[in-house]
Amino acid sequence: MQRYILKNKNKIAFLSGILIVIGFLSNRLFGQEALLKGALIIASVLGLLPIVIQAFQALRVKVVSIDVLVTIAVTGAFVIRNFEEAAIVTFLFLFGAYLEQRTLNKTRSAIKKLTEMAPESALKRTENGDFEETDVDEVEVGDVLLVKTGAKVPVDGTVILGEGSINEASITGESLPVAKEPGSKVYAGTIMDNGTIQITADRVGEDTTFSKIIELVEEAQDSKSEAERFIDRFSKYYTPAVLVLGVIVWVFSRNTELAITILVLGCPGALVIGVPVSNVAGIGNGARHGILLKGSEVIGDFSRLDTIVFDKTGTLTVGKPSVAEKEFYGENVEEALSYLASVERESDHPLAKAVLEDIGEASNYPVENTETVKGGGIIATVNGRRIVVGNPALMERENVRLNDKMKQDIARFEKNGNSLVLTAVDGELKVLMGVRDRIRPGVIEDLQKLKKLKVKNLIMLSGDNQGTVDAVSRELGLTKAYGNMLPEDKSEYIKRLIAEGRRVAFVGDGINDSPSLALAHIGIAMGGGTDVAIETSDVVLMNSDFGRLPHALGLAKATARNMKQNIVIAVGVVLALLAGVLFSDRVNMSVGMFVHEASILVVILNGMRLLKYRLR
Amino acid sequence: MKKATIQLEALACPSCMQKIENAVKALEGIEKDTVKVLFNASKVKFDFNEEKISVEKVEKAITALGYEVIKTQVK
Repeated sequence: MQRYILKNKNKIAFLSGILIVIGFLSNRLFGQEALLKGALIIASVLGLLPIVIQAFQALRVKVVSIDVLVTIAVTGAFVIRNFEEAAIVTFLFLFGAYLEQRTLNKTRSAIKKLTEMAPESALKRTENGDFEETDVDEVEVGDVLLVKTGAKVPVDGTVILGEGSINEASITGESLPVAKEPGSKVYAGTIMDNGTIQITADRVGEDTTFSKIIELVEEAQDSKSEAERFIDRFSKYYTPAVLVLGVIVWVFSRNTELAITILVLGCPGALVIGVPVSNVAGIGNGARHGILLKGSEVIGDFSRLDTIVFDKTGTLTVGKPSVAEKEFYGENVEEALSYLASVERESDHPLAKAVLEDIGEASNYPVENTETVKGGGIIATVNGRRIVVGNPALMERENVRLNDKMKQDIARFEKNGNSLVLTAVDGELKVLMGVRDRIRPGVIEDLQKLKKLKVKNLIMLSGDNQGTVDAVSRELGLTKAYGNMLPEDKSEYIKRLIAEGRRVAFVGDGINDSPSLALAHIGIAMGGGTDVAIETSDVVLMNSDFGRLPHALGLAKATARNMKQNIVIAVGVVLALLAGVLFSDRVNMSVGMFVHEASILVVILNGMRLLKYRLR
Repeated sequence: MKKATIQLEALACPSCMQKIENAVKALEGIEKDTVKVLFNASKVKFDFNEEKISVEKVEKAITALGYEVIKTQVK
């Protein structure tokens, strides 16, 4: 019986709403006052049923819940024969609860969508070699599984047969399919976009990367900041305190109306729900964009950031040398380039690769008499011409004449942090190429956005030599950049920054910089799903996409702001209502309940805005 | 000692959390400090001594408060 009533709470709210409307209408139209009274009494008794049940259940486990306050208030209204108030208050309370449930589900939807991506079944190879559908919980490490187009990868595993492309959006937030072939790793929860593969299970159940992410997100959305824990403690005593206050008011004033109004006004609603709602919506938005924010504490620290430290050049650069600048001298450049290409094809030097990539299609000539000069370059004969490819020192040794323009170009290229590749044909310089690790596309704009978000210091700590670091730093406009840093130097440096009173975030890949990740106020891991990074950091950019960083910071700031707004709304409403009761007679029980429920909806709707947050 | 995670129907009011937390903590055989009610995820997590209490008993205590249990996992 109890459960039946609770289950049909929404129907009861609807029914009592109709009764109230019918009562008032019949009174207006036909002057049926008795009918109105009857309808109101039935509506309040009906509406009170689920509230009373909840109140008793709460009292049984020693909690003075809102239901208790409302039950007493409505009973009080009955005693003083104010059926109108009784009916309207119960209706508003139930209807409000219904709306809260609906809107709360919306704010939680982003994370729910994520958890719904969890795979449920798998095609497992049986002893006779067939594949049979089984529950994903029954898959064990080492099992061979078949994944067809359109299906979800059930566990973390390694491809052993077949190839195809997989959409890894559920792990990385990146919807571009990734090609897989035998030997590739695949992750649970990702979707086979095209092709059919067989995999062996490496990690199953709760050990898969996907399960870990979900677990983290779920913990994060319910993790509590100091402020929230305070509100929790506060509300534990707040509700009983309101009850006591109501009794005191009644004892002294003998004014039942006033006493029960205070009970309704005192319901803590928006205050308790406001912060968790902002939290869940903000974290949900992040999860959808490949950003894991680990809880509201992290959001608070993150939003107050003023310094970001990047752990290495590779975070900001492409991580692969390429031709960044070039100059040609004299005529027959085409020909010189094909000679250069022919010579470089013989070499496995990293610079050679970059040069070849830059030249692209070129005629191939047989190369003779190749001589490799250590620390200089290559000398060879192509098509009967003497080709010298290498650095300025080699050119000098080979008596290649350089005019003023060439010398200036060389100096400029060097200053920009390039390694130089010069090409001379028969003693004449034809091509000058500057090869360096280039800035990742979009990084300059991203850093600009970070500065706009009030990050004052952008600092790079790198293991590379100071020259390279300076060049990158100049191009990006970093505040400071230090080269030749060992991991322990980096964590020392972070310690110093913190001692200076800065709010520091450290961006790393979590491979050998865990100490720095842990030391900084906020450790940001650029981890394509590496466990260490996910565990030790506070914020994870799932597919190592630097471009997500400004969004992550902007989102954290918006979420922190949203929480503050909700606290202000909640406290403001309670104060306004109390003032209304004390200083005017316009605030009665129904108005109080209405404003109370409305304020809860307002904070939920305010939180929901975060789901749509985008960095402008 | 075992760990249990109980998935409930969506929790909507914050006082639900307090009710469930108190109800579970009051049971014999539950590690009180491990009881965690996750409001947004609508889950209850706790460690318990399987010799003193069965997970079904905990489920019953929660359903008695009027909350549907959807799924239970024990490790």
